[in-house]
Amino acid sequence: MALLEVSNLDVRFALRQGEVRALRDVSFTLDRGERLGIVGESGAGKSVAAFTLLNLIAKPGYIADGSIRFEGNDLARMSARELRRVRGNRISMIFQDPMMTLNPVLSIGEQMVESLKAHRRISTREARAIALHKLKQVYIPSPETRLDQYPHELSGGMRQRIIIAIALLLDPDIIVADEPTTALDVTIQAEIMTLLRELCEKHNVGLVLITHDLGVVSQMTQRTLVMYAGRVIEQGPTREIINDAQHPYTQGLLNALPQMTTPGSRLNQIPGSMPSLANTPSGCAFHPRCQYRYDASGEPRRDCLEEVPEFVTSGNCDVACHMVRDMLAKEAS
Amino acid sequence: MNAVATQASPATASQTHAGAESLLEIRGLYKHFPLADGFLEQLHFEKGRLVRRNEQVHAINGVDLTVHRGEALCVVGESGCGKSTVARLVMGLLSPSAGEISYDGQRIDNMRGKQLLPYRQRMQMIFQNPYASLNPRMTIQQTLEEPLRFHHPDWTTPQVQDKVADVMASVGIDPEWGKRFGHEFSGGQRQRIAIARALAVDPEFIVADEPISALDVSIQAQVLNLLMDAQAERHLTYLFITHDLAVVEHFGTRVAVMYLGTVCELADTRSLFARPKHPYTQALLSAIPRLEDDRPEHVRLSGEVPTPVHLPSGCVFHGRCPHVMERCRQEVPQLIVTDDGNQVACHAVEEGRI
Repeated sequence: MALLEVSNLDVRFALRQGEVRALRDVSFTLDRGERLGIVGESGAGKSVAAFTLLNLIAKPGYIADGSIRFEGNDLARMSARELRRVRGNRISMIFQDPMMTLNPVLSIGEQMVESLKAHRRISTREARAIALHKLKQVYIPSPETRLDQYPHELSGGMRQRIIIAIALLLDPDIIVADEPTTALDVTIQAEIMTLLRELCEKHNVGLVLITHDLGVVSQMTQRTLVMYAGRVIEQGPTREIINDAQHPYTQGLLNALPQMTTPGSRLNQIPGSMPSLANTPSGCAFHPRCQYRYDASGEPRRDCLEEVPEFVTSGNCDVACHMVRDMLAKEAS
Repeated sequence: MNAVATQASPATASQTHAGAESLLEIRGLYKHFPLADGFLEQLHFEKGRLVRRNEQVHAINGVDLTVHRGEALCVVGESGCGKSTVARLVMGLLSPSAGEISYDGQRIDNMRGKQLLPYRQRMQMIFQNPYASLNPRMTIQQTLEEPLRFHHPDWTTPQVQDKVADVMASVGIDPEWGKRFGHEFSGGQRQRIAIARALAVDPEFIVADEPISALDVSIQAQVLNLLMDAQAERHLTYLFITHDLAVVEHFGTRVAVMYLGTVCELADTRSLFARPKHPYTQALLSAIPRLEDDRPEHVRLSGEVPTPVHLPSGCVFHGRCPHVMERCRQEVPQLIVTDDGNQVACHAVEEGRI
């Protein structure tokens, strides 16, 4: 059994203008020590997916259907008290903006001790020793001084390293990281990513990495989930997805990267933009932007327009696309 | 301290770009921002005495750059390296603390008001955040008409409207959008409108400050294509500010790498990516998250960018450089011209150590 098993997750936001479906039928698993990437553009639902993993969806949002089984227990149906035992302790989270995550009026040490004492019955002295040890693990220079400093005294890269130290504080089984380096510079990003990967490997911690950067996913993860308009449209081993993407959207996303074309030539762009979740197109949500939405005679394909594509297996990947399904069927016959 | 660099730049220009005509020249540019503006803010209480301290942020510390007509000069660097300040100084949105900026042979940094007006039409700027750069109380039509009416007060209304329709078509904006307001559009569409506004007055030179950073990957490609098409059709010259090296590799003719307010390497794009010389450029290039599995080993830098309030002595990069030696801590390296005609400011390169 997988450590984390998400099945048929359906998350909705009840807004005045009507119900917005942020996640539809999202399923995936994470094994112990596995690193999974969730990629997509803004509005794809990847951050909602991250928040849902810890049942952090606040009103007007709610989990309409599906389950999030962590070691067999469904997080979607736990009481607040039971959830508190999991959050931060077994599954911890790293958010995008380190300044927003750290409490500006508490010193780094106080914040670390606070979360240790919330989960374990230990003295402040013991908690400080653990905090110090964790700061050393993330290569913070002069950790003793840092414990008594406040977040505003530290640089962005340093803050994000402290966030990682806090995420590791209680030796969790899974870390969920939502765009952990988007606010940072490239050289700092590279450092933080290398650090995160090394620590996950060393302590056998599972990682769910939410990002819009396919390069980061390629460097960091073993498996990748591509999301579009609230649905998973392709998932499989990262290398296979990067080298041989099947879904037209994943292909388009990869081909749009400047590094995939000869310098100076036109980039391969995907026309249009991500639909709003309040108003997703019928059938396959990608069909208005898809170059394969016409059949051989040039007519729009009815199935793309009307039916939500089911997953088909191509190689080691699961792809939700009518065109890919037809291609596989042709190959088989 | 810039004597060497000042001599070096024109030499390179004639070597690598024989016949390339320079459009914009920046010489010995400095920009300092005072940390405390008012007199009272400068007063500090120290050891029982009241002292006046006037600290400054050294944003730009001696930059020499030449932009050739028809090229896309990319300025890259991490946050706080002064790349946006260079853009703003060039556009006259800030005035330099020292140094000269000349446009088409004419010094413009000391011009004010009316004198600058013809240059404002020839140079336009595209900003990073299309959510902030469009006036929320103006319709798109009004936004696009405003620069035309300002620079061509003699034009009739039909003339202005024709021009707006023209420029909308050229960036792929539906003329129907004219009646709507900025907030009704997505980020990519807004950036198209911002580009249309810059192109409306037929400029020859565009300063683009991180024009695609706020956009999604699939939209970035659309906007980058638009900028490249506009360059081909209108023979534009770009000064392109960005932190995204993949975009630079694709878009730039030449690249200037900046670190803490100085240019540490200036080279044509292909040779910079093939053979980066400055240790900082090498680290920067190795840090790009690549799709390929077999990428070069990541050059790890120790420490972080120092604050521009108290600049390090000698080479500004010495605190993080893997090739640091005593000379680097004391002497500021000048841009030297290497055998392939590019420029690099590094003692180690000069001495042939790396």
